[in-house]
Amino acid sequence: MTAALLALADSRLPAGGHAHSGGVEQAITAGVLGDPASLATFLRRRLTTAGAVAAGLAAAACRAADDAAALGALDAEADARTPSPAQRAASRQQGRGLVRVASRAWPDPAWAALPAQPHHPLALGVAAATAGLTPRDAAHAAAYLAVSGPATAAQRLLAMDPITVAAVTARLSPEIDQVADAAADTTAGDLPAATDPLLDLLAEVHAVRKDRFFAS
Amino acid sequence: MPPDHNLDDYVDPYSPGHRHGGPLRVGLGGPVGSGKTALAAALCRTLGTEYDLAVVTNDIYTTEDADFLRRNAVLPDDRIEAVQTGCCPHTAIRDDITANLDAVELLESRHPGLELVFVESGGDNLTASFSYGLVDVQVFVVDVAGGDKVPRKGGPGVTASDLLVVNKTDLAPLVGADLGVMRRDSAAVRGDKPTLLISLREDPAATEVAEWVRQQVRARALQEA
Repeated sequence: MTAALLALADSRLPAGGHAHSGGVEQAITAGVLGDPASLATFLRRRLTTAGAVAAGLAAAACRAADDAAALGALDAEADARTPSPAQRAASRQQGRGLVRVASRAWPDPAWAALPAQPHHPLALGVAAATAGLTPRDAAHAAAYLAVSGPATAAQRLLAMDPITVAAVTARLSPEIDQVADAAADTTAGDLPAATDPLLDLLAEVHAVRKDRFFAS
Repeated sequence: MPPDHNLDDYVDPYSPGHRHGGPLRVGLGGPVGSGKTALAAALCRTLGTEYDLAVVTNDIYTTEDADFLRRNAVLPDDRIEAVQTGCCPHTAIRDDITANLDAVELLESRHPGLELVFVESGGDNLTASFSYGLVDVQVFVVDVAGGDKVPRKGGPGVTASDLLVVNKTDLAPLVGADLGVMRRDSAAVRGDKPTLLISLREDPAATEVAEWVRQQVRARALQEA
C-alpha cells in the first residue's frame, strides 16, 4: 500500500463523486433508509453487490491497464453487470470524471487504452496501475468508494451526526477488506456478477425525479 | 484571474496550459435570492442575438433555474444544462467542478461555435466563489435588500470576484439601505475591481453588466489572437 491509494480513495479527490448518492437519496425517499442502523444495512448490501462487482472490475482493469481490447471487453462486461441504465450512466459519468483528474495526476500512455467515458471501476483500475498500485489496491479503492460516497450522501440528506456516519463506515472496514481481497485476483474470465434488484429499481425511480439533489 | 496571484509571470507546471478556443466561461454567483437567475435571463436576452451562448445552472433543486430560463423563453432547451450538486452547491463550483465541466463540455460539443457560457451557481453564502478551473471570470451578485453592510462584510465573493453586482437598487428606500455606503465599502475592499449598482426591475436588459461581459469576450479574443 502506498499513499497513492489514499489519494485515489480520498473523497476530496475532485472526480465528481460528491454528486452521486449510490441510491441513498431514493432509499431515503422510499423509507428504507433513515437511521444509522438502516444506513449500515444499506451500505453492507451495496458493498456485497455493486461493490464486489466494482472491485472485481477494478482489479481486472488494473491488470489489463494498457490493453485497449481487454479494457473494451471489460467495459462491455461492466455494462452487462449493470442492468439499470441510470446506474450505467452514473458509472460512466464518474468514470469520465476520474479519468480527468487521474490522467493529470499520473500521466501515462495507458490512459489512451481506455474507452471514452469508461465505467468508473475501469477508470479506477487504470488509475491504480498508472499510480504504481496493484490490482488488490484497485479493488480496495473500488470497494471502499462503494460505501464511503453513499454514506456521506446520507449524512447530508438526513443531517445525520457525521461522527456516527464516520463510525458506521469505519466499522465496515473488515467487510470492505474481505470484498477487496476476494476480488484482488479477478481476471476478465472470472468477474463477479452479483446484482441487487432493489438498487436497480431505486436508481431507475430516482433518475426521473425532478427534485433530486444527487445525480444518482 | 485568481485573486491572490500575479499571473503575469506565473506558469503552472501541472496545468495543461491555457485553454485555447472554446467559449468564454462566466461564473454567476451570490447569495440566494439576490437575482442570479434573473441576471442570467437578462444577459441571455441582451446578448443572445450577439453571441452563440449557453447556460449551466446549479440550483439545489436541479431544474428550478433551468425551468425559469426555459419559461422565460430566453434560450432553447438544448442550450441549458442543469447539474446536480449533491446538496453542496459550493463544492460543485469550487472544490469538485467535475459535473460543471461535464456540462460545459457537453454544451460545447453540442454547439461547436459556442462563444459564451454562463455558469450560474446554486444560491450560497458570501464565501462562495468559482474555481478558475471552471470559469474564466466571475460575477458575484448581492442585493440591496440583504442589507447595506454586505460589501463591508466582505468574503471572497465580494472582495475577489471580477465584477460585483449590487442588484435591486430600486428597493433601497424601502429597506433603508444606503447605496452610497455600499458603493464606498465595495470600493474599499475591492481595489480596482469594478462594482455595478443596478436594478434588474428598472433595467431588465442589464445594460451595464452586458457591456462588461462584452469587454471580457473581447479581452479573451485578444488573448487568443
